[in-house]
Amino acid sequence: MGRYLLRRLINHVALVLIAASLTYFLAAISLNPRANFAGRNPPVAASSVTATLNDYNLNPDTPVVVRFAHWANGVAHGDLGRTVTGGEVNDEFARRVGVSTRLLLIATILGSIGGVLVGAWGAIRQYRTSDRVTTLASFFVLAMPVFVIAVTFKLWAIDINDAVGHKVIEYTGEYDPGLTGTGEILLSRLQHLLLPSLTLIVIQVALYSRYQRSTMLDVLGSDFLRTARAKGLSRRAALMKHGLRTAVLPVVPLLVYNVVLLFTGATFTEKIYGWHGMGEWLVNSISTNDVNAVAAVGMFTAFVVLIAGLLSDVLYAALDPRVRVR
Amino acid sequence: MSETPPALEVTDLHVSFPSEAGPVRAVRGVSFSVRPGEVLGIVGESGSGKSVSSLAVLGLLPETADIKGSVKLHGRELLELDDRDMTEIRGKDIAMVFQDPLSALTPVYSVGDQIVEALRIHQDLDKAQARKRAVELLDLVGIPDPARRAGAFPHEFSGGMRQRAMIAMAIANDPEVIIADEPTTALDVTIQAQILDVLKKAQEVTGAAIVMITHDLGVVAGFADRVQVMYAGRPVETGTVDDVYYRPRMPYTIGLLGSIPRLDDGGRHALTPIDGNPPSLVDLPAGCPFAARCPIATDLCRRVEPELTVREGGNHPTACHRSHELVAGGSLDPATIYPVPPLPKAPADSVPREDRTPVLEVDGLVKHFPLLYGAVVKRKVGEVRAVDGISFDIREGETLGLVGESGCGKTTTLLEILDLPSGQSGTVTVFGKDIRGLKGAERKALRRDLQVVFQDPMAALDPRMPVGDILGEPLKTHGWSRDRIAARVPELLGQVGLDPDHVDRFPAEFSGGQRQRISIARALALEPKLVVLDEPVSALDVSIQAGVLNLLDELKARMNLSYLFVAHDLSVVRHIADRIAVMYLGRIVELGSAEAVFGAPSHPYTQALLSAVPLPDPRKERERRRILLTGDLPSPADVPTGCRFRNRCPKFASLDESDRGRCREEDPAPTGLAGDHTAACHFAAAVTVV
Ligand code: SF4
Ligand code: SF4
Repeated sequence: MGRYLLRRLINHVALVLIAASLTYFLAAISLNPRANFAGRNPPVAASSVTATLNDYNLNPDTPVVVRFAHWANGVAHGDLGRTVTGGEVNDEFARRVGVSTRLLLIATILGSIGGVLVGAWGAIRQYRTSDRVTTLASFFVLAMPVFVIAVTFKLWAIDINDAVGHKVIEYTGEYDPGLTGTGEILLSRLQHLLLPSLTLIVIQVALYSRYQRSTMLDVLGSDFLRTARAKGLSRRAALMKHGLRTAVLPVVPLLVYNVVLLFTGATFTEKIYGWHGMGEWLVNSISTNDVNAVAAVGMFTAFVVLIAGLLSDVLYAALDPRVRVR
Repeated sequence: MSETPPALEVTDLHVSFPSEAGPVRAVRGVSFSVRPGEVLGIVGESGSGKSVSSLAVLGLLPETADIKGSVKLHGRELLELDDRDMTEIRGKDIAMVFQDPLSALTPVYSVGDQIVEALRIHQDLDKAQARKRAVELLDLVGIPDPARRAGAFPHEFSGGMRQRAMIAMAIANDPEVIIADEPTTALDVTIQAQILDVLKKAQEVTGAAIVMITHDLGVVAGFADRVQVMYAGRPVETGTVDDVYYRPRMPYTIGLLGSIPRLDDGGRHALTPIDGNPPSLVDLPAGCPFAARCPIATDLCRRVEPELTVREGGNHPTACHRSHELVAGGSLDPATIYPVPPLPKAPADSVPREDRTPVLEVDGLVKHFPLLYGAVVKRKVGEVRAVDGISFDIREGETLGLVGESGCGKTTTLLEILDLPSGQSGTVTVFGKDIRGLKGAERKALRRDLQVVFQDPMAALDPRMPVGDILGEPLKTHGWSRDRIAARVPELLGQVGLDPDHVDRFPAEFSGGQRQRISIARALALEPKLVVLDEPVSALDVSIQAGVLNLLDELKARMNLSYLFVAHDLSVVRHIADRIAVMYLGRIVELGSAEAVFGAPSHPYTQALLSAVPLPDPRKERERRRILLTGDLPSPADVPTGCRFRNRCPKFASLDESDRGRCREEDPAPTGLAGDHTAACHFAAAVTVV
């Protein structure tokens, strides 16, 4: 198993490198950082723009291969280059990964567990009112664009705040920078976390529960569940121990990929609630012609996909003895 | 015997399920009881309500089921208990063994863990104690190296081993009653014999009462003390095995006994099929549910449903208005109420075999598959020797039965013949032509003369095509005009015993047996000379199967056909084949006329195979001594040296060391016995086993 994973890791690292290089080329060719300086007031001298761009390795007039070599050399030494505004991509990168992690950690865990449970529960109660309601609700959520959900939550939060009379639910940023005490900051963080988490959880639960419901339905009629009950397990115990465990298997890869890809995919949620995470960075860096940042996000995405692949393999093997390599 | 109170007593059990067409009355008044140590066989065809009754006893039916009546375990009413209380009884007082042991075990837990779970639900054991007990149980049911195998997962077990593990789980808590629902149906016949043996042992150890549910009258004949025959949700006859098998007094039982092909009744003769199909359980007609198929039904039968009671002149209960007449020496002789169709004489029968032309000759056919390993880059790590050098021929007007257990290579052989061989060596000659080099027109002509009928008629027939088009299709491909096709199709339907007016119906409107008749009609459309039949009746109920077998025999005689009949059921083959080839692990181990192979089986494998087939005859079954094979069929990727049967061969064990050396080193070639009977064994000797 260990060797098998190692082999896969090596294969995947190669893929990550290729993907990152392609992203760099694409960004370097199609984005024009010089445009950022046009129309400035007071106008910036062309020579100084060129000097700045050269300094940041962003000058579109330098042959792309040369720029790439420079960039690749940097990356090999752990330096992701400079942003259009002159900052270190490394710093920005680290900060944003941190923001994304804080945003996603709780939301994905709760979303996954919630999705699995709601799906399984719906399957057990197939065609009853509760199943119909959850089915309908999840399709409603899935059919709605993310920003509509996020904005709706925001409006509700405003209503609630108005009703209570002060701001219980925050909807912009990570925390209130004006606060000092640890307890206060923590509380503020939680207040800020509530809405974006809720948005992400609702969407994830809706999606995962659909898959989980159908795999659980397959398992419900299975002979081994009958055997488990014939042994003397109650329906509940049989369903939890034998049914759910088996029904979760096919959902695992999907779950892992979705969760991990949220790292760069939670763009709308981040933008609307003012969280400066990876998803927001991707969009912002494209609109500001920030070649090195785009390349960094691209590389990160590829890396994250690699992790998802490995993680789902390991999880799957841990859960299903049939695929274990001996 | 009658002193001991019954362990389980079911009285007037009714079960119905809601459906769109109305309530399905799956069980309509079932009563039975079993005493400790007794075996009750419940026999019935699909849809007779036998499995539903057993699930109702355990309270495992879906909540939508409507259950009435009484189920008493040692006098305690179970139907009144809620699910919580039932969990105390399930697996402890009443245990169950299900049909398909692969799907009946949870794939993600080890076999040992699943037994441990069963133990710890009902007994106060710590993990180590339960583990130890689980290993003991696995040992008891004959799992080799149980301590290690307990850690294996269900997919790492063979079918037979899984069923042993199921039995271990069932006896884990020393139950009062074991319900076994078709416990051997999914298994090969030699494995079936092993499992029945284990069940017997399980009963001896626990002293439990066993309720054995099966469609196979052979399986229960030697195993059960009493049987209950079910039809359309009701018991129609019940009594001791001897009473029911030797003195049946209800036409359905009589018909069922007459329609099972038997290994021991001297071979080729027509079976007595029961015409028609079981009634729909949604709206049952008034009167006796069997009336539509009963050859002696009267007006009374069609009006009033008979009760299950002991009738005049008998000693066991039957549900038939005319039971009192159905006694030997009575006005109706049970042996003759069903018309026995005559076995038509084939024109080829009068010509000696040597003078008939061969239609199919297989010579030294080899088909090995590479065994690949690796996810991206596959490398060859071994070879599956699916077919490993086989030779046989089929002559005009002859049926060759190719038999063997799953994995023996019979399907590969058949595919090689049908798909034109890709095999590594050997030749296949059809109608005198080597089929390997055939091209264009010759190949098309071959396709016309060589037809095939598959096991599952539903999968083989396009559900969106009316029967007329299904039958017309091969004709159209071979350039028949529309008018000729229109004339031929009804004729074909008539030939296979279907209503020629049904050309517009779709496959789904026919029953299983009728669909198989359609498949046969399609195969016959172009008047072939050789028909390959791949397990053509194994998906059918016995009463239906008999009719299809008779039809095949009749068509063969009328159209001078030759059949290659591939099957695992030796009793069926006994009835239809002129010659038999027995396959084991890619080889034909015995080949000869049906009389020779069944009458004087000379290869130890054939002997074991035949002796494992249960006979629907309680007395014979009680007296028979089975040759039990040890272990499972080895993998064709790992064929033993020398004789490939030696690690399971009962004869090998009885040989002295020098003879054993020969078995170990020398691969036995087929050696001639009397006539053209051959067996691939160094020490072939005939034994009577049936
Ligand atoms: S009751 Fe009548 S129809 Fe039913 S089995 Fe007896 S004779 Fe046949
Ligand atoms: S050759 Fe030896 S091992 Fe093989 S079947 Fe004959 S006696 Fe058994």
